[in-house]
Amino acid sequence: MSQDVATQLREQIQQAITDNPVVLFMKGTPEQPRCGFSARTVAALEATGSPFAAVDVLPHPGIREAVSAISNWPTIPQLFVNGELVGGCDIVTEMYESGELAQTLGVEAPDGALDEAPGGEGTVPGPPPMGIENRLG
Amino acid sequence: MPTSEEIKIRIEAAIPGAEAAVEDLTGGGDHFRATVQSDAFAGKSRIDQHRMVYDVFGPEVGGPIHALSIKTQTRTP
Repeated sequence: MSQDVATQLREQIQQAITDNPVVLFMKGTPEQPRCGFSARTVAALEATGSPFAAVDVLPHPGIREAVSAISNWPTIPQLFVNGELVGGCDIVTEMYESGELAQTLGVEAPDGALDEAPGGEGTVPGPPPMGIENRLG
Repeated sequence: MPTSEEIKIRIEAAIPGAEAAVEDLTGGGDHFRATVQSDAFAGKSRIDQHRMVYDVFGPEVGGPIHALSIKTQTRTP
């Protein structure tokens, strides 16, 4: 990978982290995760009812390298909230189970959130989940 | 290909006072789950606790160790 491509990817990813209050870097898409850890993280996020942006790291190996270089975190998925790394699958799952995730995301803790089918339309404001995928693909 | 035992030994050698339980999730030597207890985690955020464990393996995580699932606990005296 040329230095230019690496720099460009890094800038785009930094931009995605800055522009999106909740952004998940994952393998595959929320609709079609390509890794069990990414799937579990998406499920936890969807269960909170919080809108989130998602970036598929698979289209280019440089995306994954750039994400890890920015976050100093070796694995995918990675969840960023308000520009900060919250964690990967283990941490997000633990936080979901303790109710901390909803708190961190600024949504009500799971009460009604669990009754709603994950990915349900209509009640959740905010950008569609795949808003930034194409920019990086 | 690392074994659960190797991963456990390396974590315990690298993190002061650590006690680790490691399982090979798939039997394939590339997906592991490590539960690590150490006083060295005290006062650190969960992110930093997990980074301490990842740092033991450097670029091996994401390479030969495809996935390392981590649970950290601060030992209570």
